[in-house]
Amino acid sequence: MAEIKESFFSAEGLEKRLNGKKFWKVMMTEYWIPKDINFLWAMGVVLATTFAILIVSGIFLLMYYKPDTALAFDSVNYTIMQEVAYGWLFRHMHGVAASVVFLIIYIHMFTGIYYGSYKKGREMIWLSGMLLFVTFSAEGFSGYMLPWGQMSYWAAAVITNLFAGGSLEAWGLVEWIRGGFAVNDATLTRFFMLHVFLLPLVIIKLIVVHFYTLRIPHVNNQNSEDIDYDAEAEKYLAGNKKESKVIPFWPVFLSKDFAVLGLFLIFYFYLVFFNYNFAMDPVNFDPANPMKTPAHIYPEWYFLWSYETLRGPFFDMFGMKAGDIGLIIFGLAQVIFVVFPFLDRDPDILPAHKRPKFFIWFWIMIVDLLVLSVYGKLPPTGANAWVGFYATALFLLLWASLPFITKSDAKARGAL
Amino acid sequence: MSNNTNRRDFLGMSFAAVAAVGGAAALVGMKQAWDPLPSVLAAGFTTIDLANSDLVPGKPQTFTWRGKPIFVLLKNKEMEQFDGDLVIGDNRYTVTVGLCTHLGCIPAWKGDKWKCACHGGEFNSNGQQIFGPPPKPFVIPPFSVNGTVLTLGEDGPESKAMMTARA
Repeated sequence: MAEIKESFFSAEGLEKRLNGKKFWKVMMTEYWIPKDINFLWAMGVVLATTFAILIVSGIFLLMYYKPDTALAFDSVNYTIMQEVAYGWLFRHMHGVAASVVFLIIYIHMFTGIYYGSYKKGREMIWLSGMLLFVTFSAEGFSGYMLPWGQMSYWAAAVITNLFAGGSLEAWGLVEWIRGGFAVNDATLTRFFMLHVFLLPLVIIKLIVVHFYTLRIPHVNNQNSEDIDYDAEAEKYLAGNKKESKVIPFWPVFLSKDFAVLGLFLIFYFYLVFFNYNFAMDPVNFDPANPMKTPAHIYPEWYFLWSYETLRGPFFDMFGMKAGDIGLIIFGLAQVIFVVFPFLDRDPDILPAHKRPKFFIWFWIMIVDLLVLSVYGKLPPTGANAWVGFYATALFLLLWASLPFITKSDAKARGAL
Repeated sequence: MSNNTNRRDFLGMSFAAVAAVGGAAALVGMKQAWDPLPSVLAAGFTTIDLANSDLVPGKPQTFTWRGKPIFVLLKNKEMEQFDGDLVIGDNRYTVTVGLCTHLGCIPAWKGDKWKCACHGGEFNSNGQQIFGPPPKPFVIPPFSVNGTVLTLGEDGPESKAMMTARA
């Protein structure tokens, strides 16, 4: 170690010890972002900010929340909502942010899919992002249990019961997860632990990994151009800012991000103050009652599409029980997006509008997910059940056709 | 030189072996910390006296066992006689865990069958699935019979017979 002679109590001495200027350069002023991007590239910073809002509002809720089946409901609906100064605000901020974060995650995800930002060197970004999606889903599910209302209880009962499906029952897996024969006090306390400690810890680590995996291949751009970052950075640093195809993360890229972030926060706080009800299901304002199922159980909007694939197949097929088929498709739906980079057989990185068949695939997939989401909320009776069935079948068909469609695009372009 | 290397290898492998055993033991301990507590297991027995339960023929009554609803239906004359009924004297009963075998919602009695509001599954008066996604009949809880008293949570020949008839 080189000995540092400058005093610890001087700016120069601190800089010598921490090398902050170099760090700032690497992370901020010489982290290069392409110019050819649009507002969709701001979703990462929007997500990071929403996560920060969730942590801060969560900390304030944590100070009055009681993870005990006898106390939880009142600690939320009486103590936090009525007694704690601005407790209602923290709860609504937390609930609305938890909902909106999934909207942004979906936009972020489908931006990546549209522009091909998951392949040819960017696979690790995609995989770490999908891990984040799965962890966020677990975080959302565990948090939904905490107010201990009817929807909290029954969502917990239905989802933990998935682990009793088929031959799993013999292993006692569901009792182990619940710590009892039914969803009970032990279940609430352990999911509380997961929600406020373990899962946020995992999410924070995964966010660091996600940023790191992005650093080497850099973010994609609107035309998927392969940019020589060293050459373009040199131009920029030499003062040739107009010709250079890149801008530094800070202050140039972030200043634009903050504009998008500003618009997002206006939308977010509009929801928090004037339209928070969509994130506060009325059924969940009845205390949990293990002896009474609500007339109709449905998850939050962001889980509806995969929930609908669970109940889409409502009759026995291929010698299998309807419930087992649903469970298999549901399991598949949870993980199928993870393998996206490996199902895309097109060797080129291109935006969807330059891949004619994939472009159609992309929009049919979006429409199908919307249909699944809408019908996931409706009661599964009569014609609804059939719409759910066909939408689920289409979902599977789209995935099965993805390798062929991407290959055929590449052939038509002469790339294969 | 080679002596040295072997000693390093030995140390490395010893360390790995100790760490693996310790890690596995820790995992077993952590797994057990999540098991249902002894008090939870001990509270897993419930008695129901069928003679003093004011059962109305053709209308199931719901009891609680291990935090789960238990449906007890005293069958009326119109209902199908089934090998899997619990027969005590002249009375025929259906005794089941009142959770839909699809995803665990509590179905409601609608005249002559149970109907689940969650995903539309239906069960007849024997507790057998007749429509929708439920993959199997209602689960039969383990119970023993002493006169007209059922002890839920205790294995008995009667509950075994009911399970076999539905398997």
